[in-house]
Amino acid sequence: MKGPTHTRLDRRTVISGVLFGSGIAASIIDLFIFHLALQWHHFYDLLTTEVALTADGFFHAFGWFITVWGLFLLADIRRRTEVPWTRWSGAVITGVGFFQLLDGVVSHKILGIHQIRYGVDLLLYDVVWIGSAVLLLLIGVLMLHRTRPARVPA
Amino acid sequence: MDHREGHHHTGEGALPAEEMLGWAVFDVVVLLVLLAGALGYVLALWAARERSPWARHRTFFWHLGLACAAAGLLGPVATAAHSSFTAHMLGHLLLGMLAPLLLVLGAPVTLALRALPPAAARRLSRVLRSPVVRVLTHPVIAAAVNAGGLWLLYTTELYPLMHSSAVVHALVHGHILLTGYIFTASIIGVDPDPHRASMKLRSVMLILFIAAHSILAKWLYAHPPQGVEVGDGQSGAQLMYYGGDAVDIVLIVLLFAGWYSATRPRGLDAAGVRGR
Repeated sequence: MKGPTHTRLDRRTVISGVLFGSGIAASIIDLFIFHLALQWHHFYDLLTTEVALTADGFFHAFGWFITVWGLFLLADIRRRTEVPWTRWSGAVITGVGFFQLLDGVVSHKILGIHQIRYGVDLLLYDVVWIGSAVLLLLIGVLMLHRTRPARVPA
Repeated sequence: MDHREGHHHTGEGALPAEEMLGWAVFDVVVLLVLLAGALGYVLALWAARERSPWARHRTFFWHLGLACAAAGLLGPVATAAHSSFTAHMLGHLLLGMLAPLLLVLGAPVTLALRALPPAAARRLSRVLRSPVVRVLTHPVIAAAVNAGGLWLLYTTELYPLMHSSAVVHALVHGHILLTGYIFTASIIGVDPDPHRASMKLRSVMLILFIAAHSILAKWLYAHPPQGVEVGDGQSGAQLMYYGGDAVDIVLIVLLFAGWYSATRPRGLDAAGVRGR
Protein backbone atom coordinates (compact mmCIF):
# COMPACT_ATOMS: atom_id res chain seq x y z
CA MET A 1 0.00 0.00 0.00
CA LYS A 2 2.78 2.39 0.96
CA GLY A 3 4.82 2.17 -2.22
CA PRO A 4 2.45 3.57 -4.86
CA THR A 5 1.27 6.43 -2.61
CA HIS A 6 4.87 7.39 -1.94
CA THR A 7 5.74 7.34 -5.63
CA ARG A 8 2.68 9.48 -6.34
CA LEU A 9 3.57 12.00 -3.63
CA ASP A 10 7.19 12.06 -4.75
CA ARG A 11 6.17 12.71 -8.33
CA ARG A 12 3.84 15.43 -7.06
CA THR A 13 6.70 17.02 -5.09
CA VAL A 14 8.86 17.22 -8.21
CA ILE A 15 6.00 18.50 -10.37
CA SER A 16 5.14 21.12 -7.76
CA GLY A 17 8.72 22.37 -7.58
CA VAL A 18 9.24 22.48 -11.34
CA LEU A 19 5.92 24.28 -11.90
CA PHE A 20 6.64 26.80 -9.15
CA GLY A 21 10.22 27.34 -10.37
CA SER A 22 9.17 27.86 -14.00
CA GLY A 23 6.32 30.06 -12.82
CA ILE A 24 8.45 32.39 -10.73
CA ALA A 25 11.00 32.57 -13.55
CA ALA A 26 8.25 33.48 -16.00
CA SER A 27 6.22 35.87 -13.88
CA ILE A 28 8.11 37.13 -10.90
CA ILE A 29 11.79 37.24 -11.93
CA ASP A 30 10.96 38.66 -15.32
CA LEU A 31 8.38 41.15 -14.05
CA PHE A 32 10.14 42.46 -10.95
CA ILE A 33 13.78 42.32 -12.00
CA PHE A 34 13.81 42.97 -15.73
CA HIS A 35 10.63 44.99 -16.26
CA LEU A 36 10.31 47.01 -13.08
CA ALA A 37 13.69 47.22 -11.35
CA LEU A 38 16.23 47.27 -14.20
CA GLN A 39 13.73 48.35 -16.90
CA TRP A 40 15.90 46.61 -19.47
CA HIS A 41 13.01 45.36 -21.42
CA HIS A 42 9.69 46.95 -21.39
CA PHE A 43 6.03 46.12 -21.18
CA TYR A 44 5.89 46.12 -24.99
CA ASP A 45 8.56 47.36 -27.35
CA LEU A 46 6.27 48.09 -30.35
CA LEU A 47 8.63 46.08 -32.57
CA THR A 48 7.27 42.68 -31.61
CA THR A 49 5.39 40.89 -34.39
CA GLU A 50 1.75 39.86 -33.94
CA VAL A 51 2.69 36.18 -33.74
CA ALA A 52 5.25 36.87 -31.02
CA LEU A 53 2.71 39.04 -29.19
CA THR A 54 0.21 36.19 -29.17
CA ALA A 55 2.83 33.70 -28.02
CA ASP A 56 3.88 36.13 -25.30
CA GLY A 57 0.26 36.40 -24.11
CA PHE A 58 0.11 32.64 -23.59
CA PHE A 59 3.51 32.51 -21.89
CA HIS A 60 2.31 35.23 -19.60
CA ALA A 61 -0.99 33.52 -18.74
CA PHE A 62 0.80 30.22 -18.10
CA GLY A 63 3.36 31.95 -15.88
CA TRP A 64 0.92 32.99 -13.19
CA PHE A 65 -1.15 29.85 -13.56
CA ILE A 66 1.72 27.42 -12.94
CA THR A 67 3.11 29.52 -10.07
CA VAL A 68 -0.16 29.20 -8.18
CA TRP A 69 -0.62 25.58 -9.29
CA GLY A 70 2.83 24.65 -7.96
CA LEU A 71 2.09 26.25 -4.61
CA PHE A 72 -1.28 24.52 -4.22
CA LEU A 73 0.33 21.17 -5.05
CA LEU A 74 2.90 21.91 -2.34
CA ALA A 75 0.11 22.70 0.13
CA ASP A 76 -1.55 19.43 -0.84
CA ILE A 77 1.66 17.44 -0.22
CA ARG A 78 2.09 19.22 3.09
CA ARG A 79 -1.31 18.18 4.37
CA ARG A 80 -0.60 14.56 3.43
CA THR A 81 3.01 14.08 4.52
CA GLU A 82 6.28 15.76 5.48
CA VAL A 83 7.61 17.79 2.58
CA PRO A 84 11.12 16.76 1.45
CA TRP A 85 12.34 20.34 1.24
CA THR A 86 15.74 19.69 -0.37
CA ARG A 87 14.14 17.66 -3.09
CA TRP A 88 11.47 20.29 -3.61
CA SER A 89 14.12 23.04 -3.78
CA GLY A 90 16.04 21.01 -6.36
CA ALA A 91 12.87 20.82 -8.44
CA VAL A 92 12.36 24.59 -8.09
CA ILE A 93 15.91 25.31 -9.29
CA THR A 94 15.39 22.88 -12.18
CA GLY A 95 12.20 24.77 -13.07
CA VAL A 96 13.90 28.18 -12.99
CA GLY A 97 16.79 26.92 -15.13
CA PHE A 98 14.45 25.20 -17.56
CA PHE A 99 12.30 28.27 -18.03
CA GLN A 100 15.22 30.68 -18.36
CA LEU A 101 16.71 28.42 -21.00
CA LEU A 102 13.38 28.21 -22.83
CA ASP A 103 12.93 31.99 -22.59
CA GLY A 104 16.51 32.73 -23.64
CA VAL A 105 16.41 30.43 -26.65
CA VAL A 106 12.80 30.29 -27.82
CA SER A 107 11.36 33.70 -26.99
CA HIS A 108 14.45 35.87 -27.31
CA LYS A 109 16.16 34.14 -30.20
CA ILE A 110 13.63 32.14 -32.20
CA LEU A 111 10.39 34.08 -31.77
CA GLY A 112 12.05 37.43 -31.11
CA ILE A 113 9.39 38.43 -28.55
CA HIS A 114 11.79 40.93 -27.09
CA GLN A 115 15.50 41.21 -26.44
CA ILE A 116 17.09 41.14 -22.99
CA ARG A 117 18.25 44.72 -23.32
CA TYR A 118 18.20 47.36 -26.02
CA GLY A 119 21.02 49.45 -27.44
CA VAL A 120 23.83 47.15 -26.29
CA ASP A 121 25.82 44.32 -27.80
CA LEU A 122 23.57 41.37 -27.09
CA LEU A 123 26.13 38.57 -27.33
CA LEU A 124 27.41 38.95 -23.77
CA TYR A 125 23.86 39.17 -22.38
CA ASP A 126 22.75 36.13 -24.30
CA VAL A 127 25.79 34.13 -23.19
CA VAL A 128 25.26 35.07 -19.53
CA TRP A 129 21.52 34.44 -19.71
CA ILE A 130 21.71 31.07 -21.43
CA GLY A 131 24.86 30.02 -19.53
CA SER A 132 23.30 30.76 -16.14
CA ALA A 133 20.16 28.94 -17.20
CA VAL A 134 22.12 25.82 -18.13
CA LEU A 135 24.06 26.02 -14.86
CA LEU A 136 20.86 26.29 -12.80
CA LEU A 137 19.34 23.42 -14.72
CA LEU A 138 22.39 21.24 -13.99
CA ILE A 139 22.41 22.13 -10.28
CA GLY A 140 18.68 21.40 -10.04
CA VAL A 141 18.92 18.06 -11.81
CA LEU A 142 21.91 17.08 -9.65
CA MET A 143 19.94 17.92 -6.48
CA LEU A 144 16.99 15.89 -7.73
CA HIS A 145 19.28 12.99 -8.49
CA ARG A 146 20.91 13.03 -5.05
CA THR A 147 17.60 13.24 -3.19
CA ARG A 148 15.86 10.54 -5.21
CA PRO A 149 13.87 8.19 -3.02
CA ALA A 150 15.38 4.80 -2.27
CA ARG A 151 13.82 1.98 -4.27
CA VAL A 152 11.35 0.12 -2.12
CA PRO A 153 11.99 -3.58 -2.69
CA ALA A 154 8.83 -5.26 -3.88
CA MET B 1 -25.25 64.99 -11.92
CA ASP B 2 -23.09 67.26 -14.01
CA HIS B 3 -21.42 64.38 -15.63
CA ARG B 4 -20.76 64.93 -19.24
CA GLU B 5 -18.45 67.89 -19.52
CA GLY B 6 -15.53 67.35 -21.81
CA HIS B 7 -17.37 64.48 -23.36
CA HIS B 8 -17.34 65.64 -26.96
CA HIS B 9 -13.77 65.42 -28.13
CA THR B 10 -14.33 68.31 -30.46
CA GLY B 11 -15.64 70.46 -27.60
CA GLU B 12 -18.55 71.95 -29.50
CA GLY B 13 -20.33 73.28 -26.42
CA ALA B 14 -23.51 72.25 -24.63
CA LEU B 15 -25.19 68.98 -25.53
CA PRO B 16 -28.66 68.91 -27.00
CA ALA B 17 -31.33 68.68 -24.33
CA GLU B 18 -32.54 65.21 -25.24
CA GLU B 19 -29.01 63.81 -25.12
CA MET B 20 -28.55 65.31 -21.65
CA LEU B 21 -31.81 63.65 -20.65
CA GLY B 22 -30.51 60.32 -21.94
CA TRP B 23 -27.42 60.50 -19.73
CA ALA B 24 -29.48 61.59 -16.70
CA VAL B 25 -31.81 58.62 -17.22
CA PHE B 26 -28.78 56.33 -17.42
CA ASP B 27 -27.48 57.58 -14.05
CA VAL B 28 -30.87 57.17 -12.39
CA VAL B 29 -31.39 53.66 -13.80
CA VAL B 30 -27.90 52.56 -12.68
CA LEU B 31 -28.51 53.91 -9.20
CA LEU B 32 -31.90 52.19 -8.96
CA VAL B 33 -30.56 48.84 -10.20
CA LEU B 34 -27.64 48.88 -7.76
CA LEU B 35 -29.89 49.92 -4.86
CA ALA B 36 -32.31 47.14 -5.78
CA GLY B 37 -29.37 44.71 -5.67
CA ALA B 38 -28.37 45.87 -2.22
CA LEU B 39 -31.93 45.92 -0.89
CA GLY B 40 -32.79 42.57 -2.45
CA TYR B 41 -29.82 40.93 -0.74
CA VAL B 42 -30.74 42.40 2.63
CA LEU B 43 -34.39 41.32 2.22
CA ALA B 44 -33.25 37.80 1.33
CA LEU B 45 -31.05 37.71 4.43
CA TRP B 46 -34.08 38.74 6.48
CA ALA B 47 -36.32 36.13 4.82
CA ALA B 48 -33.75 33.40 5.56
CA ARG B 49 -33.03 34.55 9.13
CA GLU B 50 -34.42 31.34 10.63
CA ARG B 51 -31.95 29.18 8.76
CA SER B 52 -28.34 28.40 9.55
CA PRO B 53 -26.21 31.53 9.90
CA TRP B 54 -25.03 33.17 6.67
CA ALA B 55 -21.28 33.80 6.42
CA ARG B 56 -20.78 37.52 6.98
CA HIS B 57 -18.01 37.86 4.40
CA ARG B 58 -20.52 36.97 1.67
CA THR B 59 -22.71 39.93 2.59
CA PHE B 60 -19.63 42.13 2.71
CA PHE B 61 -18.36 40.98 -0.71
CA TRP B 62 -21.75 41.46 -2.34
CA HIS B 63 -22.11 45.05 -1.21
CA LEU B 64 -18.47 45.84 -1.96
CA GLY B 65 -19.09 44.47 -5.46
CA LEU B 66 -22.09 46.77 -5.91
CA ALA B 67 -19.95 49.68 -4.66
CA CYS B 68 -17.26 48.82 -7.25
CA ALA B 69 -19.87 48.74 -10.00
CA ALA B 70 -21.18 52.12 -8.78
CA ALA B 71 -17.66 53.57 -8.75
CA GLY B 72 -17.16 52.36 -12.32
CA LEU B 73 -20.48 53.75 -13.59
CA LEU B 74 -21.17 56.95 -11.61
CA GLY B 75 -19.10 59.67 -10.02
CA PRO B 76 -15.62 60.98 -10.79
CA VAL B 77 -14.17 57.93 -12.57
CA ALA B 78 -17.16 57.70 -14.91
CA THR B 79 -17.03 61.45 -15.56
CA ALA B 80 -13.33 61.36 -16.40
CA ALA B 81 -13.85 58.26 -18.57
CA HIS B 82 -15.61 60.40 -21.17
CA SER B 83 -12.43 62.20 -22.06
CA SER B 84 -9.69 59.92 -20.70
CA PHE B 85 -9.01 56.38 -21.89
CA THR B 86 -7.02 55.67 -18.73
CA ALA B 87 -10.00 56.61 -16.55
CA HIS B 88 -12.23 54.53 -18.84
CA MET B 89 -9.93 51.56 -18.22
CA LEU B 90 -10.03 52.07 -14.46
CA GLY B 91 -13.82 52.11 -14.63
CA HIS B 92 -13.71 49.04 -16.83
CA LEU B 93 -11.53 47.10 -14.37
CA LEU B 94 -13.91 48.05 -11.54
CA LEU B 95 -17.03 47.14 -13.49
CA GLY B 96 -15.86 44.22 -15.61
CA MET B 97 -13.44 42.40 -13.33
CA LEU B 98 -13.49 43.46 -9.69
CA ALA B 99 -17.26 43.93 -9.29
CA PRO B 100 -18.09 40.55 -10.93
CA LEU B 101 -15.54 38.76 -8.74
CA LEU B 102 -16.94 40.29 -5.54
CA LEU B 103 -20.56 39.73 -6.60
CA VAL B 104 -19.85 36.06 -7.37
CA LEU B 105 -18.27 35.69 -3.91
CA GLY B 106 -21.50 37.12 -2.49
CA ALA B 107 -23.20 33.84 -3.54
CA PRO B 108 -26.52 35.47 -4.50
CA VAL B 109 -28.04 32.27 -5.92
CA THR B 110 -27.38 30.31 -2.74
CA LEU B 111 -28.95 33.12 -0.75
CA ALA B 112 -31.98 33.27 -3.06
CA LEU B 113 -32.49 29.50 -2.74
CA ARG B 114 -32.46 29.85 1.06
CA ALA B 115 -34.76 32.85 1.10
CA LEU B 116 -37.43 31.83 -1.40
CA PRO B 117 -40.44 29.74 -0.39
CA PRO B 118 -39.96 26.07 -1.42
CA ALA B 119 -42.08 26.24 -4.59
CA ALA B 120 -40.29 29.32 -5.89
CA ALA B 121 -36.88 27.90 -4.95
CA ARG B 122 -37.71 24.75 -6.93
CA ARG B 123 -38.69 26.89 -9.90
CA LEU B 124 -35.39 28.77 -9.64
CA SER B 125 -33.34 25.60 -9.54
CA ARG B 126 -35.30 24.28 -12.52
CA VAL B 127 -34.31 27.44 -14.41
CA LEU B 128 -30.67 26.91 -13.38
CA ARG B 129 -30.76 23.38 -14.74
CA SER B 130 -32.30 24.44 -18.06
CA PRO B 131 -30.37 23.97 -21.33
CA VAL B 132 -30.30 27.73 -21.98
CA VAL B 133 -28.54 28.42 -18.68
CA ARG B 134 -26.30 25.46 -19.31
CA VAL B 135 -25.11 26.94 -22.61
CA LEU B 136 -24.77 30.52 -21.34
CA THR B 137 -22.78 29.54 -18.26
CA HIS B 138 -20.50 27.09 -20.05
CA PRO B 139 -16.93 28.35 -19.55
CA VAL B 140 -16.16 28.23 -23.28
CA ILE B 141 -19.23 30.31 -24.21
CA ALA B 142 -18.85 32.65 -21.23
CA ALA B 143 -15.17 33.32 -21.98
CA ALA B 144 -15.84 33.81 -25.70
CA VAL B 145 -18.69 36.25 -25.10
CA ASN B 146 -16.69 38.14 -22.48
CA ALA B 147 -13.40 38.43 -24.41
CA GLY B 148 -15.16 38.77 -27.77
CA GLY B 149 -17.12 41.74 -26.43
CA LEU B 150 -13.89 43.43 -25.38
CA TRP B 151 -12.28 42.92 -28.78
CA LEU B 152 -15.36 44.34 -30.48
CA LEU B 153 -15.48 47.32 -28.16
CA TYR B 154 -11.87 48.36 -28.64
CA THR B 155 -11.20 47.40 -32.23
CA THR B 156 -14.35 48.77 -33.91
CA GLU B 157 -16.21 52.05 -33.91
CA LEU B 158 -18.14 50.92 -30.89
CA TYR B 159 -15.76 52.76 -28.57
CA PRO B 160 -16.38 56.28 -29.96
CA LEU B 161 -20.07 55.46 -30.45
CA MET B 162 -20.37 54.48 -26.79
CA HIS B 163 -19.40 57.98 -25.77
CA SER B 164 -21.94 59.73 -27.94
CA SER B 165 -24.99 57.58 -27.25
CA ALA B 166 -26.37 56.95 -23.76
CA VAL B 167 -28.22 53.85 -24.98
CA VAL B 168 -25.09 52.25 -26.47
CA HIS B 169 -23.19 53.26 -23.34
CA ALA B 170 -25.78 51.50 -21.15
CA LEU B 171 -25.77 48.36 -23.33
CA VAL B 172 -21.97 48.12 -23.38
CA HIS B 173 -21.67 48.56 -19.64
CA GLY B 174 -24.51 46.17 -18.93
CA HIS B 175 -22.77 43.62 -21.16
CA ILE B 176 -19.41 44.13 -19.42
CA LEU B 177 -20.84 43.58 -15.94
CA LEU B 178 -23.10 40.68 -16.87
CA THR B 179 -20.58 38.74 -18.97
CA GLY B 180 -17.92 39.44 -16.36
CA TYR B 181 -20.21 37.92 -13.74
CA ILE B 182 -21.14 34.86 -15.80
CA PHE B 183 -17.54 34.16 -16.77
CA THR B 184 -16.28 34.52 -13.20
CA ALA B 185 -19.10 32.32 -11.91
CA SER B 186 -18.37 29.66 -14.53
CA ILE B 187 -14.73 29.51 -13.43
CA ILE B 188 -14.76 29.97 -9.65
CA GLY B 189 -18.47 30.14 -8.78
CA VAL B 190 -19.37 29.37 -5.17
CA ASP B 191 -23.08 29.07 -5.96
CA PRO B 192 -24.51 25.65 -6.76
CA ASP B 193 -23.97 24.99 -10.45
CA PRO B 194 -25.62 21.88 -11.87
CA HIS B 195 -23.45 22.16 -14.99
CA ARG B 196 -20.09 22.84 -13.36
CA ALA B 197 -17.33 22.16 -15.89
CA SER B 198 -14.28 20.06 -15.03
CA MET B 199 -11.25 21.59 -13.35
CA LYS B 200 -9.27 20.96 -16.54
CA LEU B 201 -11.68 22.83 -18.80
CA ARG B 202 -12.02 25.72 -16.35
CA SER B 203 -8.22 25.98 -16.13
CA VAL B 204 -7.83 26.04 -19.90
CA MET B 205 -10.51 28.70 -20.31
CA LEU B 206 -9.02 30.87 -17.59
CA ILE B 207 -5.57 30.67 -19.22
CA LEU B 208 -7.06 31.48 -22.63
CA PHE B 209 -8.96 34.41 -21.16
CA ILE B 210 -5.88 35.81 -19.39
CA ALA B 211 -3.89 35.43 -22.61
CA ALA B 212 -6.59 37.19 -24.66
CA HIS B 213 -6.81 40.00 -22.11
CA SER B 214 -3.05 40.59 -22.06
CA ILE B 215 -2.71 40.35 -25.86
CA LEU B 216 -5.52 42.90 -26.25
CA ALA B 217 -3.86 45.20 -23.70
CA LYS B 218 -0.57 45.13 -25.61
CA TRP B 219 -2.34 45.54 -28.92
CA LEU B 220 -4.15 48.61 -27.55
CA TYR B 221 -0.79 50.02 -26.44
CA ALA B 222 0.19 50.17 -30.10
CA HIS B 223 -3.28 50.86 -31.56
CA PRO B 224 -5.35 53.10 -29.26
CA PRO B 225 -9.10 53.25 -30.03
CA GLN B 226 -10.43 56.00 -32.26
CA GLY B 227 -10.10 59.47 -30.77
CA VAL B 228 -7.65 58.44 -28.01
CA GLU B 229 -4.29 60.17 -27.80
CA VAL B 230 -1.11 58.06 -27.85
CA GLY B 231 0.04 58.78 -24.27
CA ASP B 232 -3.44 58.25 -22.84
CA GLY B 233 -3.81 55.05 -24.88
CA GLN B 234 -0.51 53.70 -23.57
CA SER B 235 -1.17 54.37 -19.90
CA GLY B 236 -4.69 52.95 -20.27
CA ALA B 237 -3.31 49.80 -21.93
CA GLN B 238 -0.75 49.34 -19.17
CA LEU B 239 -3.43 49.76 -16.53
CA MET B 240 -5.50 47.12 -18.34
CA TYR B 241 -2.51 44.75 -18.43
CA TYR B 242 -1.32 45.04 -14.84
CA GLY B 243 -4.75 45.67 -13.27
CA GLY B 244 -6.16 42.72 -15.19
CA ASP B 245 -3.28 40.60 -13.92
CA ALA B 246 -3.99 41.47 -10.31
CA VAL B 247 -7.59 40.27 -10.62
CA ASP B 248 -6.56 37.26 -12.73
CA ILE B 249 -4.16 36.08 -10.04
CA VAL B 250 -7.01 36.19 -7.51
CA LEU B 251 -9.11 34.12 -9.94
CA ILE B 252 -6.32 31.53 -10.31
CA VAL B 253 -5.90 31.32 -6.53
CA LEU B 254 -9.65 30.89 -6.00
CA LEU B 255 -9.83 28.24 -8.74
CA PHE B 256 -7.12 26.20 -6.99
CA ALA B 257 -8.55 26.91 -3.55
CA GLY B 258 -11.74 25.22 -4.79
CA TRP B 259 -9.70 22.23 -6.01
CA TYR B 260 -7.79 22.15 -2.71
CA SER B 261 -10.88 21.87 -0.56
CA ALA B 262 -12.63 19.49 -2.97
CA THR B 263 -9.70 17.03 -2.92
CA ARG B 264 -9.30 17.09 0.86
CA PRO B 265 -8.17 13.62 1.97
CA ARG B 266 -10.31 11.82 4.51
CA GLY B 267 -9.33 12.42 8.08
CA LEU B 268 -8.54 16.10 7.58
CA ASP B 269 -10.87 18.78 8.85
CA ALA B 270 -11.95 21.78 6.81
CA ALA B 271 -8.87 23.80 7.80
CA GLY B 272 -6.63 21.05 6.42
CA VAL B 273 -5.27 20.10 9.84
CA ARG B 274 -4.40 16.47 10.28
CA GLY B 275 -6.71 14.96 12.87
CA ARG B 276 -5.19 12.31 15.06
